[in-house]
Amino acid sequence: MSTPTATTGRTTARRGTLRALWPGRAGHGFVAAYVVLLIAFGVVPTCYAVYFAFTDGNARFTGLSNFSRAASDFRFVPAVEHVALYLVFWLAALVVLVVGLSLLLHRLSARGVSKALRFLYYIPGALAGAAGVLVWLFVLDPSVSPVSFLLRAMGFDTFGQVVAPGHLPILFALIAFWTGAGGWIVVMHGALNNIPHEVIEAARIDGAGAWQTARRIQIPMLRKWIVYMMILAFAGGTQLFVEPQLLAQASVGVAGRDYSLNQLSYDFAFQNNDVNTAAAISVELLLVGLVVAALFVARSGFFDAD
Amino acid sequence: MPTEGHPGASAFRTQPALLPADLEPRRSAARRHRPRNPLPALVLGLFVVFFVLPVLWLVLAATKTDDQLVHGNPLSFGSWHALKANWDALTAYQGDAIFQWLRNSALYSFGALVITLAVAIPAGYALAMTEFRGRRMLLIATLVVMLMPNATLVVPLFLEVNAVHLIGSMWSIILPYAFYPFGVYLAYIYFSTALPRELLEAARLDGCSEFGAFRRVALPLAAPIVALVGFFSFVANWTNYFLPYVMLPQSSQLPVQVGLGTLLDDVPQFNPTVGDLAVQRPELALATLLAITPVLIVFLFSQRFLVTGMLAGATKS
Repeated sequence: MSTPTATTGRTTARRGTLRALWPGRAGHGFVAAYVVLLIAFGVVPTCYAVYFAFTDGNARFTGLSNFSRAASDFRFVPAVEHVALYLVFWLAALVVLVVGLSLLLHRLSARGVSKALRFLYYIPGALAGAAGVLVWLFVLDPSVSPVSFLLRAMGFDTFGQVVAPGHLPILFALIAFWTGAGGWIVVMHGALNNIPHEVIEAARIDGAGAWQTARRIQIPMLRKWIVYMMILAFAGGTQLFVEPQLLAQASVGVAGRDYSLNQLSYDFAFQNNDVNTAAAISVELLLVGLVVAALFVARSGFFDAD
Repeated sequence: MPTEGHPGASAFRTQPALLPADLEPRRSAARRHRPRNPLPALVLGLFVVFFVLPVLWLVLAATKTDDQLVHGNPLSFGSWHALKANWDALTAYQGDAIFQWLRNSALYSFGALVITLAVAIPAGYALAMTEFRGRRMLLIATLVVMLMPNATLVVPLFLEVNAVHLIGSMWSIILPYAFYPFGVYLAYIYFSTALPRELLEAARLDGCSEFGAFRRVALPLAAPIVALVGFFSFVANWTNYFLPYVMLPQSSQLPVQVGLGTLLDDVPQFNPTVGDLAVQRPELALATLLAITPVLIVFLFSQRFLVTGMLAGATKS
């Protein structure tokens, strides 16, 4: 504005007053669309679910009766147990194998090989969701499986035997690990690279072997990443849906029907036409997700929100 | 809502922002010369088999007849003829349902992608580079929602969308997909590390409006973050199952992920009650392959670009 004419002078003046009256207006303008989406698809559905969870079909306040109806349903406790068991297997596999494989990959002297392996491990990520489940339906069917000799050696001759109810937590953990581990290995590898080389070198000079370096230096320094992975895996795992749903289809409802809490919520809403009880289960799951996420943001120091 | 259904897929969602710079440490020239322990190589190799074998099997299965699938060597190539036959049978299923589903997936994923970029990039920029009331609260809300699994909100979203009579509309999928707090977080990290504040100050001194500063200074530097957010949003939306499964009542509207479930229902080996509609297993394998091809292609071609983006976005800590 080096040559202010009458008009630009006026706009500048107006801009000046606006700036004084509403200092953050530019920022508000930039985030406006996002805030609309956040409200429409984050806040409103949450409130709506809470509203449904505490009312009945005639919009009367019912206290906790939807929650107790959900909890007393004969499928509820088994569903909680299924999900809990699945989480145990999945989280254990994730921690032990992702950390272990990352450490091994990091020790590889051939950098190209390490990079290629990380990519190969990452590929199943493209099959997240239904595609991965379908592939595993085949892999777990002894009649067509590429590892049918393994399945038969373990005493399974038919698909039905493989997907016996007792095996499901392990199988779902296996599928989740197959699609998700590669991404986490890439993350852990990056975190390992961030450990200053001098530290590792110093340990080596002090006579630490690979195992001691890993146990005393690398794993402790990975701790916050491991916790981060666990938190996300835990929250995601409580939402189990597509794996048991497709398995239920593939086994004509023998295995996997109403297996997880999300399936139960879905069935309440769409089979029993009982959206209020469905909402009660959703609110419980929502609460788990929200509490875990909020605790993590507040306590981990992982994200600095300035 | 944060978009991806599979628990394992959360790895993608969170990976790049937090991925520390992928700088390989300098290897010391003098490595110890000891007889190598073969165990690590063995373990790494075993896991290559674990991760790759099912994918390889899937590719080969599409080239076989059902009979070959059962009796042949699982890792043999069938024949081009069988592949063609599977292709013909698959594309004849319910008219050309498979193409319809793929088109739907593309429509939902790209529609959401465009909106996500238009919304998330300015929002991340504002959170990083401008001051406004409520900024901190918005940032914290973004972090919390980003960490929550997307499936938590599916049934509530259905209730909401149902109340406004949008069930069955493509917007019931695209708009929830477009809400992508992780993308906002990525953009926030990117701008607060890669864009020097002095540059913006200079632009403002030269008379740029706030919007002008964003458009002329920030956007031209934003290519890596656009690619990164685009990649994760696309993969998450393409592989989402639960939301469209709940929202879309008609087969002609399904994305390919849910369509695969429909196909599965018509495979006699998995559902003995199917009659004339029967889908053979190799056709299902071929459909699965088609369903994952776009994501695989994105994986293959964005590798280099993504590493750059991750490097740029990950130096915050």
